[in-house]
Parts: sequence; C-alpha cells; structure tokens
Amino acid sequence: MSTKKERPVAACLQGAKRALPIVLGYIPIGFAYGVLAGKSGLSETNTFLMSLIVFAGSSQFIAVGLFASGTGPAAVILTTFVVNLRHMLMAAALTPYFSNWKKWHLAFFSYQLTDETFALHSASASSLNECKLEALSLNVTAQASWVTGTALGIVASGLIGDVKPLGLDYALAAMFIGLLVGQCQNSIRLITAIISGGIATLLYLAGWHQFHIIAATILGATVGLGIELWTKR
Amino acid sequence: MDQTLIFWTMVGMGIVTYLPRLLPSLFLTGRTLHPLIISWLRLIPPAVLAAMLLPSLLVRDDGIDFGFSNLFLWVAFIAFPVAWKWKSLSATVVVGMGLVAFGRYMGLGM
Repeated sequence: MSTKKERPVAACLQGAKRALPIVLGYIPIGFAYGVLAGKSGLSETNTFLMSLIVFAGSSQFIAVGLFASGTGPAAVILTTFVVNLRHMLMAAALTPYFSNWKKWHLAFFSYQLTDETFALHSASASSLNECKLEALSLNVTAQASWVTGTALGIVASGLIGDVKPLGLDYALAAMFIGLLVGQCQNSIRLITAIISGGIATLLYLAGWHQFHIIAATILGATVGLGIELWTKR
Repeated sequence: MDQTLIFWTMVGMGIVTYLPRLLPSLFLTGRTLHPLIISWLRLIPPAVLAAMLLPSLLVRDDGIDFGFSNLFLWVAFIAFPVAWKWKSLSATVVVGMGLVAFGRYMGLGM
C-alpha cells in the first residue's frame, strides 16, 4: 500500500469522511462566532473573511470581543499571536512525517492546521507521507464546515435579537474548557494551567485588560518548567 | 473601529497565525530543538488556555465572584467533567451553552 499512488477521488472522499467529527463541532461553534461577530459590530464581509483568512476559532472569538471593546490593532494581533503560538508545537510534532511532501503542499497543509485537525492527523501520523491528498481533503473539509457555520451564523445574526437567551456568549469559555482538559494529561501541565490562570486573574483584577494573557502564559509556562526540572532532579 | 482597519487587523492576525503553523514544517524537518525549549513550548498550550479561561469565569464587575449569580462559573463545574468524560469539544460547547441558556431561562445568574 505504501508504494501505490493514492486514487484521487477515493482519497478525497476518505479525507472528508474522517473530518466528520470535526464538522459536527465546527458548524455550531462557527455559527456562534458568526452570530456574536454580527452583534459586536463587525461587518458581514469581515466576519466571513476572518473565517477564511485566520481560521482559528478561539482567537476569532477573542478578536470579536477586543474589537467590540475598542482595543487597538497591535494588541489584537499580539494576542492572536500568543493564543495561536500553540500550533507551532503541533506543527513541530508532525514534521518527522512529511519527508515526501513538496514545500507548497506543506504550505497549504499548514494553513489549515488547527487543534482539531492536528488531533486527527497525529492519531495516524505515520500514514501522512502516503496519504497526502487524504490529509489535505480532511483539512479543506474542516475549514469548509467552519466557513459554513460562520455563514449560517451571519444569516441568523439578523434574526436573533439577543445572544444571551441561547447561551451563545458561553461558546468561547466552553471551547477553552474542552481544549484545556485535552491539554492537561499530566500533573505538571495541570499545575502550569492553575498557576497561569491564577496569575491572569490577578493581573486582570489589577487592571491589565490586554496583556494579562501574554504575561500570565509566559510566567506560568516558565514556573511550570521550573517545577518540572526541580521534581525530576 | 472602522471596518477597513478591522480588515487589515485581520490580515495581520492571519499572518501571525499562519507563520507558527508553517515555519516548523519548513525549517524543522531533520533538526532538533534544545530539550529545554521543547519542554517549555509543551507547557504553552495549557498555560495560554487557562490564562484566557479563568478570568472569564471568575471575574464579574471588577471583582472575583463565587456567588450563585455567577452562572459561567457554575456551568464550568459541569462542563469540565463533560469534557473529561466524553473528550469531545462539540459536546462540551453544546452542553455549556445549553446549561447557560437553561440557567437564564430559569432566572438564575446574569
């Protein structure tokens, strides 16, 4: 199987099929994003384009909140950078499996690397070299569902008077809870999360409403690393 | 903010999101980072997620609120076990939003 060429149609279908669990998650979350963005004063075009250009769920929600509170472009971009820096780690984890890939295929693949697509790819990482088309089809299907959810949300935004009765303003917090639980597989990570969250809360209370996330992340990860080294001694 | 400025901010967001996703696969293949840097990078995801989440659950009106009216916090106490048990992002989001909607319908919280 490893030497055979992928059959294009079958590979694309297989990739789309594997993306189904992601599709089920992305449509409602993309919908919530579309509705919230519309309610926060983003134009329909910009709401839609953000799902195409950025394609990073949590930072899109954060940006919507920051835009609504009048935060400047530099702080929005810097926050986005820190929030999405975690993908660097995921990309680095997949690099051993790309030896047969062309650079521009990798460039396309990387554009759609999210927490969820990474989770699926890493589960079958050893087949990435043979199943390039399937992997790309999985990614494209995932983003297509995110954009579809966004579009549905934009349409619904005009029909929904208030997001609160539907609980849509809880989508981001719930997403963080799901992602965080997936990240805390050992006690060092759990301790790091608690320290970082605690620092962020204190800084926020102290009046840092933009850079508390960045400062707490760097401090929390550094203290966590210190604890890890100390306990391993 | 003006929509044109929002658009260009989004382009900037797109660039700073894409680069960390792209650079490792282009430059890291066949190379290894210092183990300390790898250990530190591994701790970034839980740190950044908690830093974003915790203030949004705990702080209401510029103070920590453990009161019964802080619906976001109480729903989190249910959403965490749901995420733990089912390991599903969409289930966590749907249950979380559903409970917040239900809580408000029952007249609890904000």
